[in-house]
Amino acid sequence: MSALEWIIEVLSWAAILSGCAFMLIGAIGTVRFPDFWTRLHAVSVSDSAGMILLILGMCLQAGLTLITVKLILIGIFLFITGPTATHAVANAAMVSGFLPEGLKRPSIKTKKATTKATKAKTVKKKAVKASKSKGAA
Amino acid sequence: MFLAATIALFVGMIIVLARLYAGPTLYGRILAGNSFGTYTVLFIGVLGFLNERPDFLDIALLYALINFAGTIAVLKYFRYRTVGDTSPQNKGVKNSPGKLKDRGVLG
Repeated sequence: MSALEWIIEVLSWAAILSGCAFMLIGAIGTVRFPDFWTRLHAVSVSDSAGMILLILGMCLQAGLTLITVKLILIGIFLFITGPTATHAVANAAMVSGFLPEGLKRPSIKTKKATTKATKAKTVKKKAVKASKSKGAA
Repeated sequence: MFLAATIALFVGMIIVLARLYAGPTLYGRILAGNSFGTYTVLFIGVLGFLNERPDFLDIALLYALINFAGTIAVLKYFRYRTVGDTSPQNKGVKNSPGKLKDRGVLG
């Protein structure tokens, strides 16, 4: 085995094993994280890093053949569609009104309502101040 | 070594499948299904290398395509309550968000 082959072998095994580690980390995160919005992060670990490393390792194992071309096609396709699908899921959840804890729905209605409420509060405060000053006088 | 990769991917698939079964919310389930599809694509590829006959990569490519289209179709169904025609007269649900429990979002 020549030096170049040995280097390629070592690189491919390193890529495949680290890719497997990333996939397992993503899977464990998918189960263990408490919330849908936190699970998104765990899923994107396995969708991007693990996938890229595994495909790279398999490419290095296959050498320059038709198999490598197919692997690269799969890699490019997953690289484009994985984040797109994850973003679509997150956006659908956001639009449907299923929000993270402690976040208010960003819409015109709530904005108007809040401004009205704050105006009412300021009016009340002014009234209270006025009555206080009157009382002091 | 490909055996180790296959086992790792298989364990990951089972774990994600457990989340798909147990996930309390609708979108969590869809996310787990999409992730399971990615695991399956890589599993098919690694399994071909393990058998020293990597001819299944066409199937993996097709599975990746179908997985993406399926995820988007499921999301579209739960957004518009229909898959094909989303013209204005069929939009009923979209303009009335309703309560999350009524729409089955919170499981």
